[in-house]
Amino acid sequence: MKVILHIWRQAKASTNSDFKQDGKMVRYELNNASPDMSFLEMLDVLNEQLITKGEEPVAFDHDCREGVCGSCGVVIDGVPHGPESGTTTCQLHMRSFKDGAEIYIEPMRAKAFPVTKDLIVDRGSFDRIVQSGAFISVNTGAPQDANAILIPKPDADRAFDAATCIGCGACVAACKNASAMLFVGAKVSHFKHLPQGQVERDSRARNLVSAMDEEGFGNCTNQNECEAVCPKEISVRVIADMNREYLRAKVLEE
Amino acid sequence: MSWLTSFWRSSIGGKVTMAVTGLMLFGFLVSHLLGNLLLLQGRDKINAYAKWLHDLGPLLWVMRIGLLAVFVLHVATAIRLSRANKVARPVAYRKPNTVQANMASRSMLLSGLTLLVFIIYHLMHFTFGVTNPGHHALKAAGAGGHDVYAMVTTSFGNPAIAIAYAVFQVVLFLHLSHGLQSMAQTVGIHHARYTPMIKTVSFLVALAIAGGNAFLSLSVMFGLVGGTQ
Ligand code: HEM
Ligand code: FES
Repeated sequence: MKVILHIWRQAKASTNSDFKQDGKMVRYELNNASPDMSFLEMLDVLNEQLITKGEEPVAFDHDCREGVCGSCGVVIDGVPHGPESGTTTCQLHMRSFKDGAEIYIEPMRAKAFPVTKDLIVDRGSFDRIVQSGAFISVNTGAPQDANAILIPKPDADRAFDAATCIGCGACVAACKNASAMLFVGAKVSHFKHLPQGQVERDSRARNLVSAMDEEGFGNCTNQNECEAVCPKEISVRVIADMNREYLRAKVLEE
Repeated sequence: MSWLTSFWRSSIGGKVTMAVTGLMLFGFLVSHLLGNLLLLQGRDKINAYAKWLHDLGPLLWVMRIGLLAVFVLHVATAIRLSRANKVARPVAYRKPNTVQANMASRSMLLSGLTLLVFIIYHLMHFTFGVTNPGHHALKAAGAGGHDVYAMVTTSFGNPAIAIAYAVFQVVLFLHLSHGLQSMAQTVGIHHARYTPMIKTVSFLVALAIAGGNAFLSLSVMFGLVGGTQ
């Protein structure tokens, strides 16, 4: 199959003062794509051609290529991870596009996700948010019996649904306000529903939200674009969980 | 009090401010509509209501200033958050797209600012008597100085005014239909059973408020209300 690609090319990393550095959309024609290829394999084929011609290949992030690591988010025709719901870019296949389709491929756009090259963005802001409290502190020692702490099934399910987040950043990329509230909500909700998460419950909510605000993400306006593109189909329920946890934590703060 | 200032400055604090002030403004809209529906009961009822409001004296001023403060807070916070949202996405997509967000949710700032323009016009029209001083004068000239009935029916007898009011209600409907259900989510109410209900009720309540307002202006225009009764 044939596809026409419009890809964002940017040689130098964006800086805080200059986000528009050097980038532009470049048109490529690819005649030998196959409907059975994954989207990233299609880009691999394009890159082989570019290298053969002595051109710079398109830089894009990827690692597992099986939908679990969260590296591969690019924005395809304005939708992070492209047209299939509940699917990462690496799990998307070319059969989702028509023969002869024009496809626009752009990096995820947010102040907190500066572009480092072409389609690659720096998601260090997510790591810093996680470091501010998306974990539980446990002393090391002999492991406890796995079933010593009982967790009601509905709570375990809610925690697990939130824990499926792979931190790909699609929620931020899709949000009209570049808000990270689905991501941070997933972290809050994940621990809120587990007994182990109770100890640091209030400080976690406060620290995660203030870390999120410091990174320069936008504010949720409940348009729910994030849950529509999340490859793990995490519901905006986690945002309500976060709002409630944060309200509680601020009210109880001394 | 540092917890309060940090809450106030935070993203979620801003959202909660929008929700709480939005709820108060909504409460005002409900009482405003219920009061105005007295128009259907005739001249005496609505004029008596107007007189009662004015006779509240200082209490009326407390309510007016409170309402103004809430309104200013709602608009100022809307502008603060919207600006931060713009800054958070410095480079727009070349090929923008939307998967499920509806028009009402995407145009909240626009519908809000349009409401601001309408509210200013509405106050200049009926409260300060700037746009139609002749209609406003009817109010003071009537029995007891509170002939709101004459003022309103004369104004909406003019189709241009009646239709303009009705058109603005479409904007109000858009703002409320998203705003009301959004408010629940903002304060942390999300439930498999109740959230769909809240969305339906928000839509219907927004329709009732905006529809009720539009009904009043249009029924005067069509002569269902007015004249001498
Ligand atoms: C009749 C007066 C108004 C009423 C009853 C009203 C009501 C509401 C409600 C209930 C919300 C939802 C709060 C939430 O999402 O938690 C809201 C949000 C909002 N309002 Fe208003 N509002 C009014 C006037 C205005 C005006 C004059 C502006 C002008 C800027 C405005 C701008 C906004 C914005 C930007 C939002 C946030 C949108 C979002 O989060 O999606 N509103 N309003
Ligand atoms: S490459 Fe790991 S999720 Fe796509």
